[in-house]
Amino acid sequence: MSSSIIDELKKSQILELLEQGKRIDGRALDETRELIIETNAIPKANGSARVRLGDSEVVCGVKIQPDRPFPDMGDKGIFICTAELLPLSHPSVETGPPGPDVIELARVVDRGIRESHMIDLSQLVIKKDKSVVGVFADNVVSDYDGNLFDACAYAATAAILSSKTPKWELNDDIPTLVEGQESDVPITTIPVSVTMGKIGNHIIVDPNADEWDVMDARITITTDSDGNICASQKGGNDGFSMDEIVRCGEISIMIGSKIREKLKQVKEGN
Amino acid sequence: MGGRESELVLLDENGIRCDGRKVDEPRRIMIKAGGLKNADGSAYIEFGDNKILVGVFGPRDVHPKHMSNTDTGILRVRYHMEPFSVSERKNPAPSRREIEISKVIKEALQPAVILDKFPRTAVDVFIEVLQADGGTRCAALSAASVALADAGIPMRDMVAACAAGKVADTVVLDVNNEEDQAGQADMPIGYMPNLKKITLLQLDGVLTPEEYKKCIETGIIGCKIVYDLQKKALHDKYFGSGGEQ
Repeated sequence: MSSSIIDELKKSQILELLEQGKRIDGRALDETRELIIETNAIPKANGSARVRLGDSEVVCGVKIQPDRPFPDMGDKGIFICTAELLPLSHPSVETGPPGPDVIELARVVDRGIRESHMIDLSQLVIKKDKSVVGVFADNVVSDYDGNLFDACAYAATAAILSSKTPKWELNDDIPTLVEGQESDVPITTIPVSVTMGKIGNHIIVDPNADEWDVMDARITITTDSDGNICASQKGGNDGFSMDEIVRCGEISIMIGSKIREKLKQVKEGN
Repeated sequence: MGGRESELVLLDENGIRCDGRKVDEPRRIMIKAGGLKNADGSAYIEFGDNKILVGVFGPRDVHPKHMSNTDTGILRVRYHMEPFSVSERKNPAPSRREIEISKVIKEALQPAVILDKFPRTAVDVFIEVLQADGGTRCAALSAASVALADAGIPMRDMVAACAAGKVADTVVLDVNNEEDQAGQADMPIGYMPNLKKITLLQLDGVLTPEEYKKCIETGIIGCKIVYDLQKKALHDKYFGSGGEQ
């Protein structure tokens, strides 16, 4: 998108404030916006969450159903996470096939959860090589105020934590539902994604829409419950120094552990 | 992917990897600048068993017109894999993976190119993966930088790329296809060696904070090896192969 005069003015204002250690919405540089998680928002789904991160809002529904395994992964269940921007989320969103930004968003959110091995997929096998359980976490963005990477990741994680999986048995090679045998989804860790923006030489956590529009580069880092780093993605039209990348890793661990506490409450409340 | 059990010994007791390399040894790399007649700039890279061709056009008129920017030229990148480049035929239509890789490569090259002298134009980078064997995005990015330089596009620095990863609990340089499938982590890095800036960074796989740092350091060492070969490729084309670096 070509930068308008408004963007230029906004950028210089944001930069000026950052020089004084301030942000446009009054937050500290390493402070996230308020995170509100409401689970079981969609009772027809096997698990769901409605998450507000500042004014970005995402609804995630988890559907759990029998599926055929991937040919080379007959002993593992399936996990797929998607993300989509609804046309009502922002005036610039158009209907139609997703563009590169949205494809990247969906893939980064999926990768963070997948690579953390949050769901123990080996426990989601009905019959090896024949039939497995698939967990599908679909995010829809209903309101936009920047940093959809984290908003979608938190929504998907919360929705998975709140999910109950039904039980199936194989009858004549057809998976049949066993009534009244719901259990928790097997969880091994709670991944937390933390996205940081770089504006000038400043690193800011959880950029809002104004900051998102003007930032030079960004990095999303996902950490697991053990404080390990399990996924990362750099984006934007500038680069990071080695020191900045290492510092972003440290910030993601620190901020991640705070947000993980919030997600744990979802698990405990389930 | 990843985490699949297999018979493959990824790292033996002598610290030798499944393809005979040491932990800090990249695969065989060959970069050639030029080669295509019609493209304004081009490059060919062989990175292990990866074979990738890159052609650059521009600065030229922008189509569709609404994409053009009155302040600066724009950079566009298409990363594409041929149907025959992998063991099972790949659908020739661009996949979501290819669209994402096109985007990250574009954003890795963007800090290096200076396009504000060419407003309302586009520089198009076409990356064609003829054969893929793990680490295509790094090989493609390295070749694309050479092709941009070959096209005479003003640049602040080259972007060199190499992956590091974790295999059998050890941080290794330049993860190959087997190691990517069966290993523990893969971290592709794109780096501008003179400006000391990381312009591409992805990671999948679990790393401790110490391993994360070591991986970045290891990857940057690989980028510097690639950088020397990029310079040599351009030197060979423009100053004859007699002038060794």
